[in-house]
Amino acid sequence: MSESYLWQDGTLRSWLLTRDHKRIALLYLGSITAFFALGGVGAALIRLQLLEPTGTILSDATYNRMFTMHGVVMVWLFLVPSIPVTLGNFLVPLMLGARDLAFPRLNLLSWYLFVASGLLVLYGLFRGGLETGWTFYTPLSSDYSEGRVLPVVLGIFLNGFSSIATGVNFIVSIHQLRAPGMTWYRLPLMLWALYATSVIFVLATPVLGITLLLLAFERLFRVGVFDPTLGGDPLLFQQMFWFYSHPAVYIMILPGMGVVSEIVSTFCRKPVFGYRFVAWSSVSIAAIGFIVWGHHMFVAGESLYSAIVFSMFSFFVSVPSAIKVFNWLGTMHGGSIRLDAPMLYAMGFIGLFTVGGLTGLFLASLAADVHLTQTYFVVAHFHYIMVGGMVSAYFGGLHYWWPKITGRMYPEIWGRLAAALIFFGFNLTFFPQFILGFEGMPRRYATYPAQFQILNVLSSAGAGILAVAYVMPLVYFGWSLFRGARAPDNPWGATGLEWRTASPPPTENFAETPVVTTDAYDYGDLDARAGRADAGGPHHV
Amino acid sequence: MTWLPEASAHAMRIDILLAGLVIISLAVLGLVFGLMVLNVLRFRAGRTTAIARAIAEHKSWWFEIAWTSATLVIFFGLFLWATQLYVVGFRPPADAIQIYVTGKQWMWKIQYPGGQREINALHVPAGRPVQLLLTSEDVIHDFSIPALRIKHDVLPGRYQSLWFTATRTGSFRLYCTQFCGLGHSRMTATLTVMNATDYAGWLNSAPASGSLATVGEALFIRSGCSGCHASSRYAPDAGDTSRAPSMVGLYGSRVALADGRAIVADAAFLHDSILDPPHRPGASFATEMPSFRGVLAEDDLAALVAYLQTLSPALPPEAGN
Repeated sequence: MSESYLWQDGTLRSWLLTRDHKRIALLYLGSITAFFALGGVGAALIRLQLLEPTGTILSDATYNRMFTMHGVVMVWLFLVPSIPVTLGNFLVPLMLGARDLAFPRLNLLSWYLFVASGLLVLYGLFRGGLETGWTFYTPLSSDYSEGRVLPVVLGIFLNGFSSIATGVNFIVSIHQLRAPGMTWYRLPLMLWALYATSVIFVLATPVLGITLLLLAFERLFRVGVFDPTLGGDPLLFQQMFWFYSHPAVYIMILPGMGVVSEIVSTFCRKPVFGYRFVAWSSVSIAAIGFIVWGHHMFVAGESLYSAIVFSMFSFFVSVPSAIKVFNWLGTMHGGSIRLDAPMLYAMGFIGLFTVGGLTGLFLASLAADVHLTQTYFVVAHFHYIMVGGMVSAYFGGLHYWWPKITGRMYPEIWGRLAAALIFFGFNLTFFPQFILGFEGMPRRYATYPAQFQILNVLSSAGAGILAVAYVMPLVYFGWSLFRGARAPDNPWGATGLEWRTASPPPTENFAETPVVTTDAYDYGDLDARAGRADAGGPHHV
Repeated sequence: MTWLPEASAHAMRIDILLAGLVIISLAVLGLVFGLMVLNVLRFRAGRTTAIARAIAEHKSWWFEIAWTSATLVIFFGLFLWATQLYVVGFRPPADAIQIYVTGKQWMWKIQYPGGQREINALHVPAGRPVQLLLTSEDVIHDFSIPALRIKHDVLPGRYQSLWFTATRTGSFRLYCTQFCGLGHSRMTATLTVMNATDYAGWLNSAPASGSLATVGEALFIRSGCSGCHASSRYAPDAGDTSRAPSMVGLYGSRVALADGRAIVADAAFLHDSILDPPHRPGASFATEMPSFRGVLAEDDLAALVAYLQTLSPALPPEAGN
């Protein structure tokens, strides 16, 4: 077998012009880690400011820029790309048994587009700043804002092409590059999740692009689209924006669900319970996700009938999510459970995502939403999904595939400690915000009435713990690159094709194209391969 | 920290709904965390015996159907419960006191039917329905009254309606909850709920230069409306509707629109029609009405709308004076 993809040609040029999906995944990993750190600094400053009712360190203007920066960077430069472009890029061909993605050059182009969009956004955010929030509501953004709306909006426009390129690449690869014997129902559930995500990338992102271009036109040329004084309609912007941004919420959670399915199966040593239900629930989340956007507008002035219909669909979309949670629990039942760091993250995901999903029911319930929307309740709700859910899954996935990506084991004790600390810090940060929201504290306030201080201090304390916990993996992952134990090909005893090649894999992934003869998660087959008799348990039926 | 007060019967009903949601959530969370912990305790690696996979596979369809339908039934119940409480918000009682609220960066301007005006303060009587007619002079704001468990976005160029019957006297906080720029977090105000006697006293003591409708009547002449629209008191003659539709009896009547719909001419319709005159199908008036966008400020529009309402005497007389 030839050399690993990491060291085959170590020049900078070979990295920057690489078409190897694994190297592109690492380029992405470096970039989104930097953006995650930047967004995290924004979050830290926000929590520092809110220690005191009158604000501690930032002026109102700077605070407004800070939460806008935090939102824009975290959504478009970290969460939307996160799992798909790093773990997804690395794993899709390996899980399919393919040499690379269908369009390797397009894959590299998507990274360059991503970097260019990131730089444009950063230019806007730091040379002049932006204070519209990540939602860009008109006419604040199109007429009244004095911030750098145009560079940021154009940056996000460009970012969309990067997303679409990745989406197209995954869809075509999953259709065309499956190894012999790899039928749709033998695909790992991670690929079902990434497939559903890719469909959203391709169908929803263009609408965001169009919306932001119209916003740019209105701001530049005073074309009346959204501004009522020019004959436009400010609610039209919200309709179009959320038509993308609600499906984008599922872009930011489906890949996490895929990762959790993989981890839960491996660490319970059991096939995922209700495989087909979990697979199709990804697809139905993606589909129903397109018809719930109006639930962001229950108090915005949409008609009574729209509100009722959107509320009903919003309840529907949580059914497939509930199915997933119950199936993961069903997978654990009767398994052989190991609590390594990836499993701790996956269990954290299940718990926190459930809290996020249940509080989503509060917001789907029309009359309750009227009271809770636009308060800290909403802030807490979506952080439970995005951070408690997606970021936990992302970290779980990084730990799980770290041996495959780098050929080194991370230190297990530190991994477990960080996972536990993240869970604790996260809850301390965001649980108090549910209560703040019920009490009526509005979001995006630089200053607030003194009665809310205690809960804000608790939340900020949690954020401090969370910050430390997020830095820990950075340190021990870095350490493991040089001092970590050498990883075997299949350190967890997992079933996917990615574990049938070397750690780290050679550039061409597999010495010869693997042939798939069993369903996903067939541990009996795995044991047979290892040449061991299956001790005690019956073979897969 | 004191718990958020319930200042209306609606607030109490919302809290019961929220309590229901909390109970369901706790039950589900208990189930999820309970099963997770139980599974970990019972099925740790090295502690387990053989797994009956075949049985699990066989039963899986029944499990899937059971938890999917249980989830659906509970969700549908919640949906009906919450929707029913929401629909109420769209049906203000006909005898509600109408108060005009205009948001602008970064303050709330309040106008009462009696002509009283306030900034960042709203006074209402307890026990009587109040309808707020909300609009903005610039960006989108949101008028949020947590003690009443209600809020609504405030849009430029059109009226939104929010109504409530406060039942508890006292002072409560109001917030702008739609991010509106630099001073967003300082765009707060106070709602004061008073008993009927105190409210009447407050109305009398607050300075007012004529009721809102009187101010509106003067504007009706000064802005040239009376040149075309009949109002039964000014030229043209009460019966002359050749140039423009009569304003007498318009408020509360059904109006046919160009797109085929017929809607009730409420305060929002009157306000929006002055800014964007609607085309009336089948009507052939001698003059085309110009838009008054940028000509009349929101305070003026509120006064005009209040005046036009007085021209529909069949409806309950304007309350609150």
